[in-house]
Amino acid sequence: MGSINLKQVTKDFGDVSVIKPIDLAIKDGEFIVFVGPSGCGKSTLLRMIAGLEDTTSGNIEIDGQDATDTPPAKRGLAMVFQSYALYPHMSVRNNIAFPLKRAKVSKAEIEKKIASVTKTLNLSDYLDRKPGQLSGGQRQRVAIGRAIVRQPSAFLFDEPLSNLDASLRVNMRLEISELHKTLATTMIYVTHDQVEAMTMADRIAVFNAGIIEQVGSPLELYNTPVNKFVAGFIGSPKMNFIDIEPTATDATCCLGIRPEHITISTTSGTWPGKVGVIEHLGSETFLHVHVEGKATFTVKAGGDCPYVYGDNIYLSAVENKMLHFDAAGLTLSQ
Amino acid sequence: MATSNSRTLARLMLFPSVVLLLAWMLVPLCMTLYFSFLDYNLLTPGNNAFIGFLNYEFFLTDPAFFASFFNTILLVGGVLLITLGGGIGLAILLDQAIWGRNYVRIMVLAPFFVMPTVSALVWKNMLMNPVNGLFAHFATWLGMSPIDFFAQIPLLSIIIIVSWQWLPFAALILLTSIQSLDREQLDAADLDGAGPFSKFYYIVLPHLSRAITAVILIETIFLLSIFAEILVTTSGGPGYESTNITYLIYTQSLLQFDVGGGSAGGIVAVIIANIVAIFLMRLIGKNLED
Ligand SMILES: Nc1ncnc2c1ncn2[C@@H]1O[C@H](COP(=O)(O)OP(=O)(O)O)[C@@H](O)[C@H]1O
Ligand SMILES: [Mg+2]
Repeated sequence: MGSINLKQVTKDFGDVSVIKPIDLAIKDGEFIVFVGPSGCGKSTLLRMIAGLEDTTSGNIEIDGQDATDTPPAKRGLAMVFQSYALYPHMSVRNNIAFPLKRAKVSKAEIEKKIASVTKTLNLSDYLDRKPGQLSGGQRQRVAIGRAIVRQPSAFLFDEPLSNLDASLRVNMRLEISELHKTLATTMIYVTHDQVEAMTMADRIAVFNAGIIEQVGSPLELYNTPVNKFVAGFIGSPKMNFIDIEPTATDATCCLGIRPEHITISTTSGTWPGKVGVIEHLGSETFLHVHVEGKATFTVKAGGDCPYVYGDNIYLSAVENKMLHFDAAGLTLSQ
Repeated sequence: MATSNSRTLARLMLFPSVVLLLAWMLVPLCMTLYFSFLDYNLLTPGNNAFIGFLNYEFFLTDPAFFASFFNTILLVGGVLLITLGGGIGLAILLDQAIWGRNYVRIMVLAPFFVMPTVSALVWKNMLMNPVNGLFAHFATWLGMSPIDFFAQIPLLSIIIIVSWQWLPFAALILLTSIQSLDREQLDAADLDGAGPFSKFYYIVLPHLSRAITAVILIETIFLLSIFAEILVTTSGGPGYESTNITYLIYTQSLLQFDVGGGSAGGIVAVIIANIVAIFLMRLIGKNLED
């Protein structure tokens, strides 16, 4: 219950092709995150899986059944929207009960389910309030509650945390991960925030302009990105890129080195540079180092970093941690 | 901008227009009130004696008053019913992505720009005329005898004409309201298994409640004083079958030259309008609060 198979799925809006042919197999019980820059088609693909957008070509299979033309309500999926999409005129109780009432579930059964869901989500005290009287985090919980009561075979989340403030976001992130562990239901989670993707996902699909660049576990994407786009998108702060001239024996056009894989020395190293802005986070420090003739490097150092603005230092890469990219941006194996 | 200085200045500068507005409203109202207590008939000039509530007694005990009172209620209620029902339907239609909908919207709005007298004349002579009207032709073509609208169903005919004029207004207000509905709510309802009827009843209609309230309040104010359509078509007849309060006051004061009686009727009309306003605000005014 809850495997979803995308086969050569495409979507055009007029003559703009928003989703290029996509193949993706989502396993039952998996937490998969679609991540990519804004406008790359993540929401569109999610809405196609939900049945809210038609599929231009290709097939969507849910639990092995072709569901390409199945209406949304019959797909057994539940979605949590970015705007929460709560029904503003109904109390929290009625919002959560709405899908059950439409499915003609008995009154007693509805009461039982609401009680259990609101207990899980800490909503018991707010049952008779309207959505307008709730905080952002509480609305988010109601939206999740409305999705859970239907016991769907998969949950679809479309940037559910983007309207919350930073600290609440971290909390809700944990709560959703926790929920996935207890329910063990398939979850597809769309976000443009790679931190959310890295922390929550079993597998991540990196989107770019309507195609999937790479699918893999968070560490696979971090350690062995297939191309420059994935390497640059996954990891925070971003990977540093250094353009170099290819030689007859080596096709490398560009080197990639993560901020945490650079060592600093005051005496010698590969690249001499001047320290620019320093960001102290307490446990770690990010230095922006201007390297002559190259770009600005971001370097991650320990919490008690002794350097100050304007210091002259030398940078070198940790051995075997550098990535090589060819002219097309693909990763070369060393 | 809320220092006591700026507030005093604001009051000072508002003062002249407030005084002008008050005078504009109060002077005619007070004169009407004053006339309503006089025996003031233009056919018997001169005496203008104070006669207390006699004018009111005559107006309120006149059988024509009750007839026109109920006609007023039927007229307002009927037009509200038709314009709201039709307006919601039209608004939903115009919200669909149909071809050339910008032109359709302008065309739908057109009746609102036609003067009441003109549209009533068009309906009377082109559509509802029992001999030459389109409806009569249509009826004979179907083999039925044509209806003489203004003789057989005078009040209903006027309700139809006025509804035609006010339908665009209701449709437009409701359309803007429908367009402000968050589409994700409808998507969510789709996923929750709501059919078209459930979506309309549980999501669209509650969302429209504010707009519906506004339409009811605004239309009621204007519909209480419908006059031109009656004057042009039925002249209140046959008998008092299509006379409303406004038209009754006109027959009293201008056709019978009874300024005192007409003024009393005017004051009664003001009181009725206020009762209706209070009643409506109590009933549905809370929809306008947030
Ligand atoms: N209904 C629509 N009509 C036309 N273009 C659309 C529509 N919905 C989305 N698009 C376009 O499709 C692209 C992908 O949109 P979307 O899936 O919302 O991106 P994301 O969620 O990744 O930010 C965007 O360029 C957007 O302009
Ligand atoms: Mg999106």
